[in-house]
Amino acid sequence: MASLDDLKKRIASVKSTQKITKAMKMVAAAKLRRAQESAERGRPYSEKMNNIILNLSNGISDKENAPKLLSGTGENKVHLCVVITSDRGLCGGFNSNIIKKAKSYFSKILNDGKQLKIITVGSKGNDQLKRVYGDKIIENISFKESKNANYFDADKVGRIIIKKFEAGKFDICTIFYNQFKNVITQIPQAQQIIPLNNEEDHNNSDESYEFEPDEDEILSNLLPKNISTQIFKAMLENSASEQGSRMSAMDNATRNAGEMVDKLTIEYNRSRQAAITKELIEIISGAESL
Amino acid sequence: MSEEFKIEIVNPEKSFLVKEDVLEVVVPAFEGEMGILKDHISIISFLKPGIIKVFSKSGDENYYVEDGIIEFKNNNLSILTSAIFSVTDLDKSKQGDLLKKAEAEASKSEISDQAKYLADQKVEVLRSIN
Repeated sequence: MASLDDLKKRIASVKSTQKITKAMKMVAAAKLRRAQESAERGRPYSEKMNNIILNLSNGISDKENAPKLLSGTGENKVHLCVVITSDRGLCGGFNSNIIKKAKSYFSKILNDGKQLKIITVGSKGNDQLKRVYGDKIIENISFKESKNANYFDADKVGRIIIKKFEAGKFDICTIFYNQFKNVITQIPQAQQIIPLNNEEDHNNSDESYEFEPDEDEILSNLLPKNISTQIFKAMLENSASEQGSRMSAMDNATRNAGEMVDKLTIEYNRSRQAAITKELIEIISGAESL
Repeated sequence: MSEEFKIEIVNPEKSFLVKEDVLEVVVPAFEGEMGILKDHISIISFLKPGIIKVFSKSGDENYYVEDGIIEFKNNNLSILTSAIFSVTDLDKSKQGDLLKKAEAEASKSEISDQAKYLADQKVEVLRSIN
């Protein structure tokens, strides 16, 4: 059994760990509120963008010559996967959940005999993926310096993707991120952004629009923007999810540390009591023998 | 009959402006300035750098935009833009920053004609705000 001194030290160290996790939880909670707000405020933009594109693609006359970003290259050989993770750890299952989702998708693609290319956004995803898929990662982007997710960063990623698409480096692009549902639930998502997947909600509105300039030109300008917007949305959802996940992870850690302190204190008191009792018995039996 | 319609300006970060009592909006569309009144036909168009003028019952406002898309439908005008500033909030230093950026962009040699045109537009509009 550990000596009294050892127990005392352990209790002190667990207590200071608890202090740290508690502080991290508070910080995460404060950041979460902000991140959640900006995620919610960012939703109208991406929704509106989606709506306009939907209306446009419904109205497009010449489906054959539709921009490639909308209709795809017509092939399905090279898949580009953009895995968006965080730059910091200690946030529970946040990163592993995205990676798990991405990995299962990767193995499906590879089993189908297709080519896989990966772009990682955020260093944690890169760390976890490079062991197995190191040769597939073509780019690693990290925004450690940026405090909050901002559109400028998202636009940078978007431009990289579009450049690669125009150079014919891939046919299909999917992004992986965590969608923020609430503090305890974040759902890992795989969203195809090139070609645009509009099959789910086809609202055949008869509304006819006037276009200025014509549809094709608007679309070819709008689609690259949409990519950046979708990535920005993913980044916002991700940062809210990250803080939420960190908050619940740190909450658990604080609780566990508390339980541990209780257990150790009981053990400490017991062994202290035992030592006292032992000493008393020794004195009493010594006195009796006289 | 009321002559008002609804305008909503959103940027990626948030809903920038929502107004229900708008009488007329003039937007710098790609092929020239365009005024929008109530019951305009449904339209989708692009913006080039310029000034959005919003005339409403509760006062007139001007906004400087660098790009954007507008959609008008059922008397709802949505403007999506990534860079928008209220002209009244645009103080000298900020305006100078934007102008410098635009000038730097316009003076680049290896950019496409369209990008050059847009950058020149930015410079022109920013200079005219004074």
